[in-house]
Amino acid sequence: MNYEDRIVTAFTACSVFWAVLGMLAGVYVAAELVWPTIDFGLPGLSFGRLRTLHTTLVLFGFGVSGLVATGLYSVQRTSHVRLFAPGLAWFVLYAWQLTIVLGGASILAGWNAGKEYAELEWPFDLAIAVAWVSFGVVFFGTIARRKMEAIYISNWFYGALIIVVAMLHIVNSLALPATLGKSYSLFAGAQDAVVQWWYGHNAVGFLLTGGFLGMLYYFLPKQAEQPIWSYRLSIVAFWAFVYTYIWAGPHHLHYHSIPEWVQSLGMAMSLILLAPSWATMVNGIMTVSAAAKKLRSDPALKFIVLSLAFYGLATFEGPMLAIKSVNVFSHFTEWTIGHVHSGALGWNALITFGTFYFLVPRLAGAPLYSARLANIHFWLALAGVMLYVLSMWGAGVSQGVLWLSLDKLGEVRFSFNDVMAAMKPYYLLRFIGGLLFLAGAVLMAVNLARTFSGRRTVVVAPPPAHAAKGLA
Amino acid sequence: MNFLSLHRKIERHSGLLIFGILVVSSIGGLVQVLPIVLDDSHSAPAAGLAVYSPLELEGRDIYIRESCSTCHTQQVRPLLAEVKRYGPYSRTGEFAYDRPFLWGSKRTGPDLARVGGNYSDAWHHVHLLDPRAVVPASIMPAYPWLAQRDADQGRTIAARMRTLRMLGHPYSDADIAAAPAALEGETELDAVTAYLQSLGRSMQGTPQP
Repeated sequence: MNYEDRIVTAFTACSVFWAVLGMLAGVYVAAELVWPTIDFGLPGLSFGRLRTLHTTLVLFGFGVSGLVATGLYSVQRTSHVRLFAPGLAWFVLYAWQLTIVLGGASILAGWNAGKEYAELEWPFDLAIAVAWVSFGVVFFGTIARRKMEAIYISNWFYGALIIVVAMLHIVNSLALPATLGKSYSLFAGAQDAVVQWWYGHNAVGFLLTGGFLGMLYYFLPKQAEQPIWSYRLSIVAFWAFVYTYIWAGPHHLHYHSIPEWVQSLGMAMSLILLAPSWATMVNGIMTVSAAAKKLRSDPALKFIVLSLAFYGLATFEGPMLAIKSVNVFSHFTEWTIGHVHSGALGWNALITFGTFYFLVPRLAGAPLYSARLANIHFWLALAGVMLYVLSMWGAGVSQGVLWLSLDKLGEVRFSFNDVMAAMKPYYLLRFIGGLLFLAGAVLMAVNLARTFSGRRTVVVAPPPAHAAKGLA
Repeated sequence: MNFLSLHRKIERHSGLLIFGILVVSSIGGLVQVLPIVLDDSHSAPAAGLAVYSPLELEGRDIYIRESCSTCHTQQVRPLLAEVKRYGPYSRTGEFAYDRPFLWGSKRTGPDLARVGGNYSDAWHHVHLLDPRAVVPASIMPAYPWLAQRDADQGRTIAARMRTLRMLGHPYSDADIAAAPAALEGETELDAVTAYLQSLGRSMQGTPQP
């Protein structure tokens, strides 16, 4: 009875594939903002549809596939048992990837539920729900059969990801179908907005933060070859995170037509959220600091440490942007886009890349094809994300200040079109930043594929029962 | 019992862990989201708000299909500069027939909550087909296919209106029966234009604060 790792390999390969394709779509829409005619009048290349495809592919293709791959890898090793119901795990793989392929095509064809980051129409919502619950059965089934006494920290975070995302997805997708490709939300107007941002913000919270913290808690100690710095801090940070995040959604609706108390409550909870977010960052940095020497030689660890820095940056910026008087300037501007990408590129993508550089050689049973290529990828990714985030900060702050600027007679000082035209250099810089980041991801795909083509199959058996007792 | 020994129980029992996560993560939604959803005053239509006509509804669904809300917000915040630039700030009752809401989160192009009546139909036609013909600096995509496609190509307008009626939109049997004929001879371009012209209609004549 060996660990079921072929499913891990399959999800990893899918994740890398969607990373390249999703980022390519992102770079293309970035280019369309500089050269708006490069959609050639084709509906499938039109900005609105392609931008929706971009977020769907990177979130649900790249992000979720990476989380499932690493979750299934680590849950077996932290439980000392083989995966529960491996057949069901393969079902999750095919169901999920088919949903992304057909769902992506449906967006290009014009199917759209109209809710941000939940644009897939109802047949796909159903498929997602079934696949997600199946993933939960495999994951928790494995935990239930564990030979270790305690459930390891990483599994708390993966578990929270599975449970909370299921709840958010099901409630936010409630809709009445009119046709196969068109449904109408059960909620309307302001109520729909509050539900949507409860979903939207916590998709960020439990998928992009919680899920990837699970990845961090397993793979960082593994790579640093150090135990987690403080177990007690992990406990406090975990429960504070699960409790607090869910309240923060209304900061997406500051000064909108929803009740004032909801906005203020959302703002207060967003500020409190800084504490659990940074507690985890401190835990991670203290863990890796004991293994600082490895940073010079291990490209995978470099990615993970840099991702922690961006995690700290983005989780500081988030609460600041949630303050109403800051939000007045940042809301609706490119600053939001910069904030999202400092998290999505700097934190989520970098930690996933670092984890894959660690994981794939172990799955392949062969050393990484080229550490040099991985180092080049590291610098391309860093340059790309910095250029992206800095250009969007510049653009966003300009928009925020110029839009609200009044002259001495109390009239609006700048026309919307003038401000829009001033964005062009920022958009060009952002396009270049995105291109660098994509180039790095392509290098990684080549590097990992070459690693795999030199593989010998490895099978690893769970330790015998007495070893588990000793460790517990 | 200190918290570490309580946690010792939770982290050794997968059922307890699942239950704990479910309870702790639900509190925020129950206190903050549920009261909004259950309070009917948040879904009551504003005094002057009319339900979308079949052509406007078709236009709105095309607006969603093309993800226009990726770049255009429909939400005027109660800030002096926004009210001066766009018009009266947005009120909750204006959105009672918006499923889903289309407030957006990013203003790459201007806000559209008050665009209705600001431009002629002819201007919208030219602008949608070739934005740079009327706004030289525009970075909006052109939508040439809107002029080439008939409105309601799938013949689903009646099904869509019936679905909305089940959700509480006041369409009569006669409204639904007449809808397919009302879209006869119209293009998608006409539908999107009709939808854009309807935006902010219920607030026209509202004095600015």
